Order: sequence, then C-alpha cells, then structure tokens
Amino acid sequence: MSTLRKVWAIVYKDLSLEKRSREMLSSMFIFALIVILVFSFSFDLRVERVQQVAPGVLWVAITFSGMLGLARSFVQERDQGCLDGLLLCPIDRSVIYLGKVLSNLCFTTMAEAILLPLYLALFDLPFRLLLVPILLLGTLGFSAVGTLVSAMTVHARAREVMLPVLLFPLVMPAIIAAVKLTAGILDGQPWGEIKHWLQLLVAFDLIFLFVSYVAFEYVVEE
Amino acid sequence: MIRVRGLEKSFGDHWALRGVDLDVAEGECLALIGPNGAGKTTLLRVLSTLTKPSAGTVYLAGQDLASGATEIRRRVGFLSHQPLLYDDLTARENLRFYGRMYDVRESEKRATALLQRVGLESNQQDLVRTFSRGMKQRLAIARALLHDPPVLLMDEPYTGLDQRAAATLDSVLQDAGATSRTIVLTTHDLERGLRISQRTALLVGGRLVYEMKQGDRDIELFRQEYERQTAGGGVTR
Amino acid sequence: MHRRRFGVGDLLDGIAAAAVAVALFLVFLVAPREAVMGDIQRVFYFHVAAAWVGYLALLVVFAAAVVYLLRGDRRWDRVALSSVEIGMVFLTEGIVTGMFWAKATWGKPWVWEPRLTTSAVLWVIYAAYLLLRRSIEDPGRRARLSAVYGVLGFVAVPINFMAIRWWRAVHPLVFDSSGAHLAPLMLAVLIFCVVTFTLLYASLLLHRLRLEWMSEQVRHLRRQQGA
Repeated sequence: MSTLRKVWAIVYKDLSLEKRSREMLSSMFIFALIVILVFSFSFDLRVERVQQVAPGVLWVAITFSGMLGLARSFVQERDQGCLDGLLLCPIDRSVIYLGKVLSNLCFTTMAEAILLPLYLALFDLPFRLLLVPILLLGTLGFSAVGTLVSAMTVHARAREVMLPVLLFPLVMPAIIAAVKLTAGILDGQPWGEIKHWLQLLVAFDLIFLFVSYVAFEYVVEE
Repeated sequence: MIRVRGLEKSFGDHWALRGVDLDVAEGECLALIGPNGAGKTTLLRVLSTLTKPSAGTVYLAGQDLASGATEIRRRVGFLSHQPLLYDDLTARENLRFYGRMYDVRESEKRATALLQRVGLESNQQDLVRTFSRGMKQRLAIARALLHDPPVLLMDEPYTGLDQRAAATLDSVLQDAGATSRTIVLTTHDLERGLRISQRTALLVGGRLVYEMKQGDRDIELFRQEYERQTAGGGVTR
Repeated sequence: MHRRRFGVGDLLDGIAAAAVAVALFLVFLVAPREAVMGDIQRVFYFHVAAAWVGYLALLVVFAAAVVYLLRGDRRWDRVALSSVEIGMVFLTEGIVTGMFWAKATWGKPWVWEPRLTTSAVLWVIYAAYLLLRRSIEDPGRRARLSAVYGVLGFVAVPINFMAIRWWRAVHPLVFDSSGAHLAPLMLAVLIFCVVTFTLLYASLLLHRLRLEWMSEQVRHLRRQQGA
C-alpha cells in the first residue's frame, strides 16, 4: 500500500537524519540517565527500599526524555521549513502524523534499550521479558498524543514549556498504567491482579491514536 | 489551467488578499509584481494548497481546491523562500525522499537527470548543509521538478542567487515554454519580471490592480503604474 | 447581539439569582443537621454542585470545540473559551469546598483518590488550555489549536478517572447501585443546588460570551483605526 510506503519513507528519513547528526538520541539518553540518577540519590536518602519507587522513576525518566525527542522532532522540520515541504506532498496529513509517531517511537525505544540495563543495575532489579512489551505500549501511547501536541506547540511562544504543560495531564493514565504494570512484573505479581492495567493501557493507545490521527489535520493546516 | 475567483485571505484582522480574480492559461508564464506585504506570497501559498482561503474559489489543473487539494499537490511544484531541503541529508537523499513521497516513477533515473540539469551532479553525495544558497536553490528547483508538475509556482526565486543559479533558473523557465508548463512567479524585479513572462500583473494591497501582456511590453509604462499604485501607501480598504 | 434589549440573558440572570437565594435558604435553614458531622456537612451541597458544573463545562467545551472544527464559526470558539474560564472557577470552588469536606470527614484536606485526583487533572487541563491560548498570536490558529486541545482534554478525563479509580478508592460513595445514601430531604436540597449552579453557570456563560464578543469588536476597531 502506497500509504505505508510513504509512512515508512518519513520514518526512514528521520532515522537517516538522526544517524548524521546524532544529537537527539544522545541527549535523550543522557537526560534520562540524569533523571534516574537524581531520583535514585534523592530517594535513597529517605526511603528504606528504593526498589519500591523504582518503577515510577523509570517512567518519569522515559517521559521527560521522550518529551525532549518530541520537541526536536517538529522544531527541526519547522526551522528548515521542511514542514511545508511535507505539507506540499500529495498525501493525507495523517500520513505525516503516523510517520512522526513511528519515528518518535523508534528513537524513544532506542534510548530505552540502552537505559533499561543501566536502570536495572542501579536499582538491583531482575530483568523480565514482559517488561519489553510494556515499555513499547507505554511509549506508543506517549508518542501518539505527544506527536499531536508537539505539532501544536510548534507555533506557540515558550514552546519548550508548553509541551510538558499540555502533554502531562493527557498522558497521565498511560503513565500510571505503565508504572503499575512495571511494578507488577518486577514484583512477580499474578497476572490476574494487574491485567486490567494492560487493558487500560491498550485502550488508551487505541483511543488516542485514533483521536490524534483525526485531529492532526486540523492542527497542521493553515 | 488556473482559475481564481474572489479569493480572500485574512489573518485575524490583517487582510492579505482582498478579492483576487485571476486566470492563467496552460503553458502561460505569469509574473506577479508588487511591494512587500502585497500578498504575493500568500497568493502562491493558497495556489499550492499550503494556505486555505478565507473566501473565494480556486481551480487548478482541473481540480477544485476545496475538494481536490491532494490532487492539486500532485500537479504543483513549489519553489519558496526556504529551500525545503534537509540539511543533514545529501542532495541525492533529499531527492530520493521526495521521489518516494510524490510516487515518482523510476525516481533514481529522474533524480540523476535533474541533478545533471541543475549542474549538481558532482555534489550529489554531499550534505546539503555544505551547499551555498545558489546550490540549495538549484537543488530546490530539481526537487520542484521531480514529479514533472504541469504547474510551477515560484516565490521570489531570483532573490540572493548567484549567476549560475540564476542562469539555471532562466533555462528552466525557457524549457517550460516548450513543455507547456504553466508558471506563476513573484518577484520584486520589474525588468526581469517583464522579460521572462508573457503576462505581468501588479498586486498591491491584496488586489490585482494592473496587467500587461507581452505584446504591449513597455517597462516605463509599467513602472509608472507601479509608482502610482504604491505611492499613496497602497490601495485603501 | 447589537442593542441592549431585555432578552434571554436577563431572564436567566433573574432566575439564577432567585435560585441562588432559595438555595442558600434551603441549605442553611431547611436541610436537616447531619447526625455525625454537624453543620460543616452543609458544604457538601455546594461542593457537589460546583464539581458537577466543573465537569459539565468540559462537556460544553468539547461540543463547542467539535462544532468549531467542523464549521469554522468563531462563535463556537468563544463558547469554548468562556466555558473553560467559568468551568475553572466552579471547579476551583468544588475542589476547595471538597478540601473542607475532606478535612471534616477524613481528617485530611487532600487524599489521592479518583475523584479528587481527576479533578486536579481537569483543573490543570483547563489551565493548560488558557496558557495555550495566551501563547498563540494568530487568532485563527489560536481557535483551532485550543479546540483540538479541548477535544483531547475531554477524551482524557474519563480515562484518567478510570485509571485513578483502579489505583485508589476512598471517596465516599454517596450514590451507588443501591440508591442514594441520603435522607430524602437532603437529596432534594442537593438536587436543587445542582440545578441552581447549572443555571448560574449558564447565566455567567452568556455574560462571558458577550464580554468576549465585545472585546473582539474593540480589538477589531482599534486595528482599523491603526491602519
């Protein structure tokens, strides 16, 4: 299907750009690492078992560094006028949306792949394979809404501040679900107890992918 | 090829276009001349579907802007102020990307041909970041022509160009005559505008106020009209 | 909306004012004194009504945003903006009175449980909406982007509620499957308060709409003068 090919063309383009400049991935990774370190220091001084807060720390780190990636994704296009270039192509606007969501997903999961082992080591936690799909689903939900919101803030003053302010309240349920699932998996809780969180996360992803897909055109037109 | 009726565009309280009627026949080259803020860029952006009109109708290449915007984009090549190129990709990669987005057939061959045409063959593997303004504009021309559009829109294409790029642009415009490509371009430069186009129109304050055809070519007359129209601070509302 | 005639707005103002007076009377003089908590319980009537309006306003924002995006008529953008502002005021009141209520009932002014947390999130969404508007200059774009955000906010709130509800559950369940846990008279007063606040919301909304329309006219005239 030609639509899929074009979505892939956008993703490939973003990946190629990142391969050349290497700014985004490294800054996302370092930022996430800093967040994790800061939290692990702060909690270590107060909380008996740091592992209790560990799941939350992971997702805070991912969320903050994810926002860094989102911001760069559209600012780059705008600065070089390339957003116009994309808008001139004979495609539905939503194709641009899908392409951007996927490329943001790629970058964030790449950063997560490097981050996860370090995180597990720092907090002395076991690796569970189930963590991987949770990371993916949580990141997907985040990217789905985040891409739309970051396209919105491209035209706003103080856009670096606007992005987190606008995004956080919307994305909270996904973060809560992801944290609960991460905690459940790390603690080895029985599946029946946590599976409703998975349902919530999947529902969140589907709903917001749909809504953002439809709304993207309104955000990006002039 | 292009038919515009009653085109209006406002940005809040600022009216960029106040009722423009325009017809451009197939294969014709129209130059739009006007002072800053006259609405030239806005008009081109509406024609290229980047900006939606506040009122009025636009037909381009047989498609209605309101319903067939995607199809219009397929038939339009746009050259704007910004080169619309990715700095961190090579010339070739840029063309490859746009080739994919425009469903260009045999895009590699076409890219090679265009790179030759604009004289960037030897730079095709260089990052656009390293290009001069003239080189970027030449690559932008290649990008605009990649999908062989019947309509070419160019916004002040000669601004800031070196000799080589300007010459390339000239030859592209000449070719267009042969391939019956319709061209609309905007420019500050009166003489050039009159020289390269078949029709020249004056856009002031969001309205088309004067037109001159190739036959009645007379720079002085046009210049006088230009002075007259822009002297009083533009057309009143 | 040209001349100042006696119209729907004024009628609504009158009814709302009367309703508020009656509500005050009912809440303080007619409603029975609650057995366990005493008079502080009366804040409950205002709390529920205010919170209700805070959420109703979101529904209005959503509807107005959708209509605006589909039609492009700026009036709907004004409705959305006005509803956000007024909704935020009512929601703030709901949260504050809720804190008094919580202190009286649970001993703590704030607990991280579903309804309170969702209300806090909604409050932030309203605030974010207003900040977004302030940061965009082009009026058309401002209207469009805030409408999209209004839609997103509306979708987010129920999901937020579900999430937090599974997470904690402490809020007194006054209404559940077995019916209302209130004495009939209290229920009646509560319903009256809810209706009163809704009327008050509607009347304030109309005023705010008028105000916004007028200030846009002023801006328009100013620009004309300037040009």
